[in-house]
Amino acid sequence: MREEILKAKNLQKSFGGLRAIDSLNFAICRGQIKSVIGPNGAGKTTLFNLITGIFPPSEGILEFNGQILNGLKPHLIAQLGISRTFQNLQLFGNMTVLENVMVGRHSQTSAGLLSTGLRLSRMQKEEKDIKEKALAELTFMGLENRATLEATSLPLGEQKLLEIARALATYPKLLLLDEPAAGLNTRETEKLCHTIRKIQQRGITIILVEHDMSLVMEISDELLVLNYGKKIAEGSPRDIQRDPDVIAAYLGEETGNA
Amino acid sequence: MSLTSQIIQFLFTGLNVGSIYALVALGFTMIYNATAIINLAQGEFVMLGGLMMVFFTAVLQIPMYLGFFLTVVVVTTLGALFERLAIHPLKNASIITLIIITLAGSILFRGMAMFLWGKDPYGLPSFSSDQPIHIWGATLQPQFFWVLGITGVVLLGIWFFFNRTLAGKAMTACSFNSVAARLVGINVQKMVLLSFSLSAAIGAIAGAIITPITLMEYDRGPLLALKGFAAAVLGGLGSGGGAIVAGFLIGILESLGAGLVSSGYKDAIALLVLLIVLWIKPSGLFGSAEESELKKF
Amino acid sequence: MRDRMRRKDLYSLLLIGLLIVLYPWIVDGNEYFISVLVFLGINSIVTMGLCLLMGYAGQISLGHAAFFGIGAYFSGILTSQYSFHPVVAFFAGIFFSALVAFLVGKPTLRLKGHYMAVATLGFGEIFFIAFNELITLTGGPSGLSGIPSLSFFGQVLEVTAYLYLVWGFVFLLLIFSLNVINSRVGRALRAVHGGELAANAMGVDAAWYKVQVFVLSAVYASIAGSLYAHFITFISPSSFGLMPSIMFLMMVVIGGAGTIWGALLGTAVLTSLPEYLRGLEEFEVLAYGGILMAVLLFMPQGILEGMQKLLKSMRRTRKKNP
Repeated sequence: MREEILKAKNLQKSFGGLRAIDSLNFAICRGQIKSVIGPNGAGKTTLFNLITGIFPPSEGILEFNGQILNGLKPHLIAQLGISRTFQNLQLFGNMTVLENVMVGRHSQTSAGLLSTGLRLSRMQKEEKDIKEKALAELTFMGLENRATLEATSLPLGEQKLLEIARALATYPKLLLLDEPAAGLNTRETEKLCHTIRKIQQRGITIILVEHDMSLVMEISDELLVLNYGKKIAEGSPRDIQRDPDVIAAYLGEETGNA
Repeated sequence: MSLTSQIIQFLFTGLNVGSIYALVALGFTMIYNATAIINLAQGEFVMLGGLMMVFFTAVLQIPMYLGFFLTVVVVTTLGALFERLAIHPLKNASIITLIIITLAGSILFRGMAMFLWGKDPYGLPSFSSDQPIHIWGATLQPQFFWVLGITGVVLLGIWFFFNRTLAGKAMTACSFNSVAARLVGINVQKMVLLSFSLSAAIGAIAGAIITPITLMEYDRGPLLALKGFAAAVLGGLGSGGGAIVAGFLIGILESLGAGLVSSGYKDAIALLVLLIVLWIKPSGLFGSAEESELKKF
Repeated sequence: MRDRMRRKDLYSLLLIGLLIVLYPWIVDGNEYFISVLVFLGINSIVTMGLCLLMGYAGQISLGHAAFFGIGAYFSGILTSQYSFHPVVAFFAGIFFSALVAFLVGKPTLRLKGHYMAVATLGFGEIFFIAFNELITLTGGPSGLSGIPSLSFFGQVLEVTAYLYLVWGFVFLLLIFSLNVINSRVGRALRAVHGGELAANAMGVDAAWYKVQVFVLSAVYASIAGSLYAHFITFISPSSFGLMPSIMFLMMVVIGGAGTIWGALLGTAVLTSLPEYLRGLEEFEVLAYGGILMAVLLFMPQGILEGMQKLLKSMRRTRKKNP
């Protein structure tokens, strides 16, 4: 498990005068669950946006499986095997639950305009396969009974699970979860904890941004702590809990659920 | 006529049409700043201004200055009604719906005009005399100076409104942050209504002053709107000053192009400017790239 | 669920097909009524493409009549002035439309909302000006006449045969469109509409799909233009300017941009409307504006969904008061 799947070297991102990410160095090992924590504004979502290519780094290098991510467009990064959920849900409101997940199969399928328009048999086979695989992910997340409902008609907790199912349908090597527990109650969060473990068991590496400290401490193999865009600590949950810099950064902030 | 006098002639013509484009661009900018909507019916306010003026002065035989006043009042009212009946109810609709509703408004106004006045172009007598004036080898109608003069007055008035009156400052606040504006007690709804009314007024004035020179027919609106919008983006959407400068620029460019190159394609000049700006630098000459990223569409 | 939808599609297809085949008998061979249906078919081809662009992919085009014109002028000019075979001219028009759509589409579809709308307006106007100014090619404002009618094995296609030809195209393109909609590509387009950010994050190249559907819609319009030119044998720029572009847009919007059937309904309504306004031409533009405004304010999902909702609520009240 020491093989590094994602590396950041001297990563920087500035917006005008504001340095959102500053001289960041870290590595994620294949198969681990790494949580990124820090006070609000520490740069966690910016980091996710950098990894998924929403904007390029101002300086430094992001490397995934030996491939440099800098400057790659988001859809290409998704095709490389990095998938994500969004902090404020980005479901496709104009589609059903199943259709949302089916979109996740896009980068690993190939039928184009002509073969779909002419309904070639190759495309029909692929369609069947897409549907099956999407249904499998819905079942994995416990949503198989919701398949034909409009995505936005689901309660919030289930919508968050749907987004994970959609991300899983891309068969990612690396999954970024952006505050998946936000808005969930204790029972739902526990279920989420189990689900994330099951995802790890599938061989998927996970980066988690979360404010719910009990979830973070319970599930993470390693933590990365950011403050003002800089790394202030990296290590096992127990070490981080005792780290004086981390404690100082959180003074004045609530520990536990944000 | 020597080349220099020709060019001077084109420059003056350019300043004249440029005034109209500047006023239309200003109208766009005002509504955009208050609402983040592009009002595709802007050109129709100009058209209605011209045709209403013809109606009051030529048909009802009302004296010029009274007719001018009435024209502005009527078109402003139409603009306000448009906002109340069509824009306000849809304020939470999708962008595409908002675009199409202003499009529907423009068709409606065009239809009204076609119904009331038919498809023929109408003219107006010049506001003062018809004696051409000769300057630097160019021949100008006195109406040229009315156009420039009244445009100048309008621009001054708008500047005064935005910088010296509370209402104007309130409207500027809305454009920057409507939530904050509401929190400090500014009635955003009223500001939206005001922006439409003002834009209609400006459009009406533009139509009234240019009709003696270029005539006016029921379907002049869309092309005027496109060119005015070209000026608005060229100047940097949201920047009133930029819109005005760009309006004159496009007017001159168009006039020079029409005179020196080809008159058939003259309308395409402004349109090409529009496309080039949108495709290459949507923030225009005076806007910043970051600002245009932040602007909601 | 998908299979249930396709059965509804199939029934609708069969129903319409039956109507078209029987129509000449229904109207007793009346050439005027048959040509209305021909125009309806031609317009439907344009609006189907536009619906894919607007309803499914969520983009906007206010200048689509330009592509309609390109198809029409390519067919018209190449067959009348240069004696090309109609099929060659047909494909030439398609190719050129696709090329223009690609070149214009790439930078335009990057723009957001209002900017995109105005850019398409602008480019539509530019083509209108070109149609008017390239007099030696297009005949300018006075138009291009003498376009040959189409013939099949030496027999000139008269109105009824042309009806079947046009609607044959409509059907083929309708089936093609439905296939695309109910597929990976259709979902990709709808994902772009539903949320470009998430679409990209799931591996959908949103920018490329927008261009693809724009090009496709331009090809549809060009096909329609070619059919139009050979039908009326005289074309002029006024059929390819702003008002026609807006009309196509209106057909899609008022029928219900969300589905292709909505677009067809809207096309049927607006193509037959001028027939009811015979003798009341002064009202024409006013009527269009009023209808568009009314639909947007009271039935924003379009007439098709509006009617469906109405039927549903009527059924509910009937259940309450037996």
